[in-house]
Amino acid sequence: MSAQTLFEKVWNSHLVRPQTPDTPAVLYIDLHLVHEVTSPQAFTVLRERGLKVRRPDRTIGTMDHSTPTTPRGLDGLIPVTDVQAAAQLDVMTKNCQDFGIPLYKLGTENQGIVHVIGPEQGFTQPGMTIVCGDSHTSTHGAFGALAFGIGTSEVAHVLATQTLLQNQPQTMEVRVNGSLHSGVTAKDIILAIIAKIGVGGGTGYVLEYTGSAIRALSMEGRMTICNMSIEGGARAGMIAPDETTFQYVAGKPYAPKGADWDAAVANWRTLPTDEGATYDTLVELNADDLVPMITYGTNPGMGMKITDLVPDPDKLTDYSAKVALDKALTYMGLQPNQSLLGKKVDVVFIGSCTNSRIGDLREAAKFIEGRKVADGVRVMVVPGSQRVKAQAEAEGLDRIFREAGAEWREAGCSMCIAMNGDQLAPGQYAVSTSNRNFEGRQGKGGRTFLASPLTAAATAIAGVVTDPRTV
Amino acid sequence: MEPIKAFSGSVVALPINDIDTDQIIPARYLKVTDKAGLGAAAFTDWRYNADGSPKLEFPLNQEQYKGATVLVAGHNFGCGSSREHAPWALMGTGLKAVVSTYFADIFKGNALKNGLLPIVVDEDTQKQLISLSQEDPTTQVTIDLESQTLTLPDGRAVKFPVDPFSRYCLLNGVDQLGFLLNLDDETLAYEEKYPARVNTTA
Ligand code: SF4
Repeated sequence: MSAQTLFEKVWNSHLVRPQTPDTPAVLYIDLHLVHEVTSPQAFTVLRERGLKVRRPDRTIGTMDHSTPTTPRGLDGLIPVTDVQAAAQLDVMTKNCQDFGIPLYKLGTENQGIVHVIGPEQGFTQPGMTIVCGDSHTSTHGAFGALAFGIGTSEVAHVLATQTLLQNQPQTMEVRVNGSLHSGVTAKDIILAIIAKIGVGGGTGYVLEYTGSAIRALSMEGRMTICNMSIEGGARAGMIAPDETTFQYVAGKPYAPKGADWDAAVANWRTLPTDEGATYDTLVELNADDLVPMITYGTNPGMGMKITDLVPDPDKLTDYSAKVALDKALTYMGLQPNQSLLGKKVDVVFIGSCTNSRIGDLREAAKFIEGRKVADGVRVMVVPGSQRVKAQAEAEGLDRIFREAGAEWREAGCSMCIAMNGDQLAPGQYAVSTSNRNFEGRQGKGGRTFLASPLTAAATAIAGVVTDPRTV
Repeated sequence: MEPIKAFSGSVVALPINDIDTDQIIPARYLKVTDKAGLGAAAFTDWRYNADGSPKLEFPLNQEQYKGATVLVAGHNFGCGSSREHAPWALMGTGLKAVVSTYFADIFKGNALKNGLLPIVVDEDTQKQLISLSQEDPTTQVTIDLESQTLTLPDGRAVKFPVDPFSRYCLLNGVDQLGFLLNLDDETLAYEEKYPARVNTTA
């Protein structure tokens, strides 16, 4: 067989039926993650048509988007006071019960953000196809899986048939060689990539991140990168599995064991892109050139080096780009050519499926330890899952955050999407470790600067946007 | 699903690039468990002031654009989240097609599954449509999925691409889930050949 890319290997080994001129490929799905917000209408379709879930054993449910992250009551439960959210969670429970799908309910030991629980349980494995009604499903590509977000109609397709109709995307190699300087992280790599290719640059592509800087990253760093592939317009991003991957997966509750493990690893070793295989296009970046990144605008492509000045719309030649930047700066309340360093913020949010894993929390806690949160800044630390929360508490990270004056909350999406009551007030500024700075994303009228956990921690202490390398 | 027929309609323009699904329908409206009524929330933060009064400068609030069935937008319409609530909300306002130079992948797929036509045109046509709509809100265009053409008032017919399968399904009212259910044997054969990788119920 001719040389293949990682993507092609995973794609080809999941074809129930190949693509023809008239029909898309029919792709088998190994793992389907389900959450409360994008699934109810899909279960309705199944009920209306008298269908079952074909493979409940390849499906897992969790509650994350609309769930509160407020403290537990005396009964040990997390109270849901939003009537609509409570109803949605009830529907989720009933759907999973009726269709036999295992569900991690709010506040239980394995519950958490859908893209955090997959890897931590060992559901996410190299070479798999993984989907979820959520665009950040691209996260799981860090394991060498083909993982992408789907709409609710497609959620119904997968529930009922475990397959999806897909046209084969193109491939883009994103090569990052060199090594990161201290204070620069995986989040800065991906923000730099998106600033370079733009929010539409990856449309129609699956990205594969390659190069020495990617190989040097932990699994958590790789997940941060793949997570934000969608912010560059790509449905999926992948990283070839290697020893780092195998070490991470080993021993996870649902990872293969014993002889199955050996067989699995032998198989996973065949996944990396073959010598001589080609991609449709290439983007290159050098890690040595990177510094901490921050966004100034209202999409993740509007990002810059934290030491740069906010761009000037008058210097843009493309009319629609100029209009977009004007509109963004008006919304953000920023002036062209201003520095963001020293800009006062109201909130710092450390969390989301981009940066809420134990490694992210350790990094932030290490910075914050022995320091105090600046007056007038609300700092929210929201672990990605109950397991991350328990681990952090076992390590005393919660104490570090609390003693510094930060809030230590229950697990969930929280202020990443601001559906659950955790939100910015109109006009407030936040430095956030999440993935989207769209207008209103973190609360109506709220203004978001996306950055790394380190930059967020430095900003929390200073009360103003701060380059973590200078502290 | 009802087969999609050719239709003529007037055009409303939102000449903004990268309109994301959080603008099309903000997340706080996603705590629903059905599809009904989402039209009221379409573009709500662009449409209404804090006190709930409509922003009169927003085209979708203007009398002359009431009843428009075609939205022409800037590049990369529908980026961001996978929420199918976006096409549901747009259709809830009466829109039948959105025109842009390109669409975000997930939005495009979601739109096609619901019969909201994502129409990709070149930049000149996009600009022409925007000025036509702004100069004369009564301007009508005709969209014919069968011939894959968008016809401008001057009679110029612009071809647009649609993936053949979606086109077939929309023209014939074929539902994609039914298509997949019919492949049960092939899916079974696949499952026999490739044993399960995880068992979430274990
Ligand atoms: S943390 Fe944010 S981006 Fe991630 S799944 Fe939740 S809402 Fe989506």
